Amino acid sequence: MAHLIVNGKTHDVDVDPNTPLLWVIRENIGMTGTKYGCGIAQCGACTVHIDGVATRSCSMPVSAVEGKQITTIEGLGPNGTAHPVQKAWLDLDVPQCGYCQSGMIMAVAALLKEKPKPTDADIDRTITNICRCGTFQQVRAAIHQAAASA
Amino acid sequence: MNDLSSMPRMNRRVFLVSSAALGGGLALGLDLPFGPQVVRAADGSPEVTAWVVIRPDDTVVIRIARSEMGQGTMTGLAQLVAEELECDWSKVSTEFPTPGQSLARGRVWGDFFTAGSRGIRQSNDFVRKAGATARTMLIAAAAAEWKVAPGECSASNSVITHNPSGRTTTFGKVAEAAAKIEPPKDVPLKDPKDWKIAGKPLKRLDTAPKTRGELVYSIDLKLPGMLCAAIKDSPVFGGKLKSFDAAKIQGMLGVKHVVKVGDTAVAVVADRWWQAKTALDALPVSWDEGENAKVSSASIAEFLKTGLDAEQAFVGNQNGDAKAAITAAAKRVEAIYGFPYQNHATMEPMNATAVYTAERCEVWAPTQVAEQTLASVSEASGLPIGQCDVHKMPLGGGFGRRTANDYVQQVIAIAKQIPGTPIKLIWTREEDMTHGRYHPITQAKMVGAFDANNNLTALHMRISGQSILSFVNPQGLQNGKDPFTFQGLNPGGAEGVFGYTIPNLLIDHAMRNPHVPPHFWRGVNNNQNALYLECFMDELAQAVGQDPLEFRRKLMANHPKHLAVLNAVAERADWGKPAPQGVYRGLAQHMGYGSYVAACAEVSVDGNKVKIHRIIAATDPGYAVNPAQIERQIAGSFVYGLSALFHQECTVKNGRIEQENFDTYNSMRIAEMPKVECIIMPSGGFWGGVGEPTIFVAAPAVLNAIFAATGKRYRSFPLKNQGLTIA
Repeated sequence: MAHLIVNGKTHDVDVDPNTPLLWVIRENIGMTGTKYGCGIAQCGACTVHIDGVATRSCSMPVSAVEGKQITTIEGLGPNGTAHPVQKAWLDLDVPQCGYCQSGMIMAVAALLKEKPKPTDADIDRTITNICRCGTFQQVRAAIHQAAASA
Repeated sequence: MNDLSSMPRMNRRVFLVSSAALGGGLALGLDLPFGPQVVRAADGSPEVTAWVVIRPDDTVVIRIARSEMGQGTMTGLAQLVAEELECDWSKVSTEFPTPGQSLARGRVWGDFFTAGSRGIRQSNDFVRKAGATARTMLIAAAAAEWKVAPGECSASNSVITHNPSGRTTTFGKVAEAAAKIEPPKDVPLKDPKDWKIAGKPLKRLDTAPKTRGELVYSIDLKLPGMLCAAIKDSPVFGGKLKSFDAAKIQGMLGVKHVVKVGDTAVAVVADRWWQAKTALDALPVSWDEGENAKVSSASIAEFLKTGLDAEQAFVGNQNGDAKAAITAAAKRVEAIYGFPYQNHATMEPMNATAVYTAERCEVWAPTQVAEQTLASVSEASGLPIGQCDVHKMPLGGGFGRRTANDYVQQVIAIAKQIPGTPIKLIWTREEDMTHGRYHPITQAKMVGAFDANNNLTALHMRISGQSILSFVNPQGLQNGKDPFTFQGLNPGGAEGVFGYTIPNLLIDHAMRNPHVPPHFWRGVNNNQNALYLECFMDELAQAVGQDPLEFRRKLMANHPKHLAVLNAVAERADWGKPAPQGVYRGLAQHMGYGSYVAACAEVSVDGNKVKIHRIIAATDPGYAVNPAQIERQIAGSFVYGLSALFHQECTVKNGRIEQENFDTYNSMRIAEMPKVECIIMPSGGFWGGVGEPTIFVAAPAVLNAIFAATGKRYRSFPLKNQGLTIA
């Protein structure tokens, strides 16, 4: 039994302790906004926040995050409202297929918490998520817009 | 959003009417002998035409037959319908009908096929007519109610006005009556210059749920009582499953079934996918790998090399006598290029959900080809097509991969063994990488000839390598020839015309088909054809000391549309004037999927690091339905194309693909993204695609710029094999 705090709610899940957090979120808790892309922490589609830090949940055993504050895309905005990153994403029409965008938004939200006004170099260094549609130009513009609006 | 809220829902009546109409060849509307019948959406709102449902509150639901995989076709097609309908754009939403519903109504929604950049270009005509037909019916209904002539009424923004009296009503108020009116035939369409909704850079209709993690992709689907499956197919293409030892994983958490899938694969079915995957990893499996296990990248390269000078080849484009002109040349230039296998690597791996019973089989799948998927469901389930259906889910990337139905056939093979239980099959990334349908492998021998005055007298382009059609649809071959091989190299037609006039020309293909399955991969054969041709045009220009732009221009006088996009990028780049210190430029042009494209790349090279500063990309797609979405497709096409150029290759060892995940099959990140400037220059009179075409010129423009910077020609790919990275 793992004791998890996801988006402020506690969940006791009966699961093998080696199960990646990603699959516990998706299958046991039933929230599917966090995506599976590679399973080896390469692509970032599964990014969530653990105690505020962007983390690739596909490679994080659930036993390592018990009792920690886990935030998923569903819980990013305060009280169900849109986070400034989500607002910028909507305003600049960032997603194409959108599959990688939960992870991208979570990575960007963590970056902005750390660096409220990131430079392009900060973005290049920090945002390493894969987007096969290639909407990077919009992502960069939206990061700057979200930073300016905060 | 609950599990099925993104599904189109139609009431029982539709199915009843549909069954009666099966094979009746119905077009718009239902003309039954016992009076006008209104087809209704799930909430009871009437269909005005099959494409347009209008609710009493004036909201409009537009049906979209093509698949949405990020390319924005759903929004673009809705714009075209809404333009002719004259409805309020803020009240528009969309839904996907199923291919089963369409078939039951005489294919009322036309072709569902979504590849080859044809979503808009091959349905613009009938979807605009559907909107115009509905508008005409709505106006007629209002006019009848007012007892005035329809010609005295007009519609705009979902409001119908009787012009002489100024009286108004709304679409929602007359939709019920409109739905009973006989649809008019041959409604006129607007001149695109009068467009107010189409042609505008409107935002996509599907963005909000994508920013909240709420869009339900196929991989996210949940059905009551559903079990999840993980699968391993023969690691060697063409190999067979020999045996597996299910006893070894019995009792593992959640495991319910271990099943054979066809002759080649084994699947574990469990309560949860992670349990299925964990048990499958622990399952002892042995394979009969067969003859293909001897094949390697080196043996494939040797096989293709035999085609470079082979006697037998299929001719794709020919004029004059290229071979004689080459023999007689004052100067001859020759180069050999090669292009590797590549995986589509959609972010959402292959997956599908199926429910099978003896009476019915339904599938939920991220398919690009819903009608072909429906046929696959019927074939794999053994049930008549009328007892099957496919629910098309939003796609987490497609790029051509999801025009194959291999993963759909697998899930049905599993579901048939567990009747009545919904089964969701998800491939691991490793399964997806090693069981792809790959960009075909080719080599090309390029030979150019000049006379004593440095005039280009001949070009022979010999392509050796794989034919997609031979694998995908052998019946489509023309006396053995695969016409798709010559994409962008054709002497004529509307799809992809060779843009140069050369006195003696021969473009031919020595078909060499290794065992690795090829497929359509964003841009398809245009990618390597444009690379071979446009890099070699640069080589030819260099051989006679001419400017690459001027050299091309002299050969393009008969192809003004090709030339116009090339000139546009050259002009924007100030070609001919010095670039910033250390920056070098390269050009490329090509035509494919009905559109003319060109690019100018600006790069600097520091050791092995290539910095791509700027890409200027021009496209003439005839008409631009949504310029904002076209810009995104253009920018994205460079990410896809340059990821392939620098990073991506699937190599073969012991008959199997070596790369299993993104650690060995990399994709461009934001730090590598060049600034992409778009020039959208629709010249009208034809409809070209926008999802793919600019990818054709991504690689050659950058390669020509790298040559300008370094004096080095790279002819085998990806560039990582030459030590090059993107700075």
